[in-house]
Amino acid sequence: MSSTASTITELAAALRNGSTTPRALLDETLAHLERTDKHLNAYLSVTRDLAFQQADAAAKLLADHPERASPLCGIPMALKDVLCVDGVETTAASRILKGFKPPYTGTAVQRLFDAGAVCVGKTNCDEFAMGSSTENSAFGSVGNPWDVGRVPGGSSGGSAATVAAGTVPYSLGSDTGGSIRQPAALTGIVGFKPTYGRVSRYGLIAFASSLDQIGPFTRSVEDCATVYAAIAGHDPRDSTCDPRAVDDPLSTLRRGVDGMRLGVPREYLGEGTEPGVRAAVEAALKVLEAQGATLHEVSLPSTDVALSVYYVIAPAECSSNLARYDGVRFGNRVERPSLTDMYQQTRDAGFGSEVKRRVMLGTYALSSGYYDAYYRQAQKVRTLVGQEFDTVFQEVDAIVSPTSPSVAFPMGSRSDPLSMYMCDVVTLPANLAGIPGMSVPCGFVDGLPVGLQVLAPRFADARVFQVAHAYEQATAWHLSQSPFATEAA
Amino acid sequence: MSDYEVVIGLEVHAQLLTRSKMFCGCPADYLDAEPNANTCPVCLGLPGVLPTINEQAIDFTVRTALALQCDIPGFTKFDRKNYFYPDLPKGYQISQYDLPLSVNGHLEFPVNGESVRCGVTRVHLEEDTGTMHHAGDVLQSATSSLVDLNRCGVPLMEIVGEPDLRTPEAAREYLVRLRQILTYIGVNDGNLEQGSFRCDANISLRPRGDTELGVKVEVKNMNSFRAVQRALESEIERQTAVLEAGGTLVQETRGWVEAHGRTISQRSKEQAHDYRYFPEPDLPPLRLDSAFVERVRATLPELPEARAARFQSQYGLTAYDAAVLTDTRESADTYEALVTAGVPAKLAANWQSGDVAALANEHRLPLPQSGLGIAGLASLLRLVDGGAINGPTAKELLVELYVSGGDPEALVRERGLAQVSDASALTALVDAAIAANPAAAADFRAGKQQALGQLMRAVKDATGGKADMPLVNRLLRDRLSGQ
Repeated sequence: MSSTASTITELAAALRNGSTTPRALLDETLAHLERTDKHLNAYLSVTRDLAFQQADAAAKLLADHPERASPLCGIPMALKDVLCVDGVETTAASRILKGFKPPYTGTAVQRLFDAGAVCVGKTNCDEFAMGSSTENSAFGSVGNPWDVGRVPGGSSGGSAATVAAGTVPYSLGSDTGGSIRQPAALTGIVGFKPTYGRVSRYGLIAFASSLDQIGPFTRSVEDCATVYAAIAGHDPRDSTCDPRAVDDPLSTLRRGVDGMRLGVPREYLGEGTEPGVRAAVEAALKVLEAQGATLHEVSLPSTDVALSVYYVIAPAECSSNLARYDGVRFGNRVERPSLTDMYQQTRDAGFGSEVKRRVMLGTYALSSGYYDAYYRQAQKVRTLVGQEFDTVFQEVDAIVSPTSPSVAFPMGSRSDPLSMYMCDVVTLPANLAGIPGMSVPCGFVDGLPVGLQVLAPRFADARVFQVAHAYEQATAWHLSQSPFATEAA
Repeated sequence: MSDYEVVIGLEVHAQLLTRSKMFCGCPADYLDAEPNANTCPVCLGLPGVLPTINEQAIDFTVRTALALQCDIPGFTKFDRKNYFYPDLPKGYQISQYDLPLSVNGHLEFPVNGESVRCGVTRVHLEEDTGTMHHAGDVLQSATSSLVDLNRCGVPLMEIVGEPDLRTPEAAREYLVRLRQILTYIGVNDGNLEQGSFRCDANISLRPRGDTELGVKVEVKNMNSFRAVQRALESEIERQTAVLEAGGTLVQETRGWVEAHGRTISQRSKEQAHDYRYFPEPDLPPLRLDSAFVERVRATLPELPEARAARFQSQYGLTAYDAAVLTDTRESADTYEALVTAGVPAKLAANWQSGDVAALANEHRLPLPQSGLGIAGLASLLRLVDGGAINGPTAKELLVELYVSGGDPEALVRERGLAQVSDASALTALVDAAIAANPAAAADFRAGKQQALGQLMRAVKDATGGKADMPLVNRLLRDRLSGQ
């Protein structure tokens, strides 16, 4: 059994029927990583020692107590470099954190480690998760495995690319405005942003605290449910993490969409949608209809202002969250005789231009005299965005739409920040409303993947899996492999 | 010279006596630890960490708010106050901005016999910063600075007073009373010197009769009640002089320099920070229902003012004695324990605020922690009350047993210290004393009251100090007046 391009389900079975071992899987994974990553640059660090240690512990558990071993036990995975791991360099793809090794492991990651996960490395991303193409990394862009001259989306581009390349069956990313769903769409894999408050943010380097959520990238919806089930649930270290029990997405996965009412927001298929994307999504809607779902056109009128709201709230929170990178206690410092000069030059040298742009935008939006016009107004509209979803969800069970208005674009083609911000126009409303959303592969345009977005009400995460799984099982898009994944291991 | 009215408002920061810090599990005791020993990823502000609320701190703040007659709105939230300084690792302080835990309270207290009422605008909760040690006077000119984050994240309550105070003396009294209440309800240790109880003052002057406030100056760096009073007096002098000379005052922050006895300018209004407050997204708003507030209210002890009033009515004490005994909760508790143990109220009051207080001070050892203890003192005072020993004997025993402890009753038996109060035996000794001191007797008969002392000492000595002296006094007077 080759680890390349396999699913968690397949690998878990192979580990139990003796056709492979955690060590063998890891060897293959590292070999594949080494061969492919010089083209992709998906990894910022490879955690070889940690991986071997975890693989050996997993092998012992599988041998001694197979009944206790989680489906994730012994299976390689990768983590976006905004997730803290004890003793492992965690940079958020920023020069300011180069060399920073957290003295602790975050909750979601720890839950995977406890389940026997084998972490092979930390993946590249936009600096502090700010971007939609992974071109804002301080450590180089990431190639899309379907066309290395194109971006894999962002900000979790490395986590998406390594799964799409077939190196690991799953990875974790973070989604603040679409940073899991959009790269999943652009690389032809499954990516899920849970309901805000379902997965603990403890150990996630914050970009915008009220919007950030950790979630998985996988090659199948079932795998995605397996990983989500392992990381979700209350954490006393995160006060915004909901204490209610998590509905098991695996138990309702196969219930189908027969009789389900699916909403199609007209604003999500607007002028900016590329014709090929529109055609792929319309075909996907027909598939769902054929499965017994009924389609209903719905309206989310605040969609056009949601982007503006997002670009007030997210930068405001980021301007405060990034204040701790001051060169005093960790990360890089530019030594200067005066404190103010040290602060200014450390931050000037440490942050990239997109981060600086957002810190300045946010600082301005929170400033005395501008707060009411920007931040307060944005919060009011944010509430409205949430209410519009509530209203729509009284009529329909879930919403389906494109994940991204476009397929993967060539590197360097969107130098204007505003055109880059438009990438998230149909994903970020879900972050503002705190609702769960998934991207599942739904076709290709000129050999480049298209993603279908599925949204559901808050805490109806299991329903997202149910819809996405029904669609996935009725189609074969998820079985298409990128050139990197079809390369023999 | 024009007549100015002084307007003073005080802001008090008080650390809460919780075991752990405000937003993490680190010990809140920062004084005894090695620098940066009581820290964790959360209070160090490392990337990726999140705060969680210390419930005890909420409880203590509500307790304080109730003691200050505040309203508890029931919906409250935390906000971020953003500014850069090395003692603030996150680059923001978690505080409360527009929806504090409590509002609209007041404090009433006497100043020179007149009752003063000072409004309390709000009591809210925040976190303390770390401390810095500069190699040099101030950060700007220091060659290096050391940061200790042990104090960082210690729960800090801010009590904002209304500008209702009119004299430095009233300001001082407000602080004394506030500190007394905080220590009474067990939320703060009231240590100004170590900074667990800190005060900033806002002061302005206006022509008497004006209703608009004058230009406000904030005074900082005062670490004793006396410093607050002196700083305010010095500010009044300075501001008066500026106004008298036809000048204008500027809104600024000034620091009290104890050594020079004056304030110096630290920061003008133009240099003031824009803190860019916004709701803390890492902490959901808190809803404090009335059941919670009532549960906290039930834990409130009787407050000093009420307790002093009760001491007067229940124990027949003077206002002065009642105030002295209720000065601290420990003192009032000690007093009531003595009375409960059978010591008459007045006797207990006299001894506790007299000899016992002196010994406690001398040994830096309060009675409850002394060897004698409350039970030992009660036993000693019951002997006095029952006439078993006289006052001087009791005092000697008190001094002897205060630190080491022991059973007064057993000692009295062993050493035969029982008071001699047999009138016939004492009469014989009185006669002997008069016979032995004819000059003193003659002086007394001639109207010299002090002469009695010599005769009393003679009787006392004859009993080895055990005589019932009030009885001796009476017998001597009877005898000398020829009865």
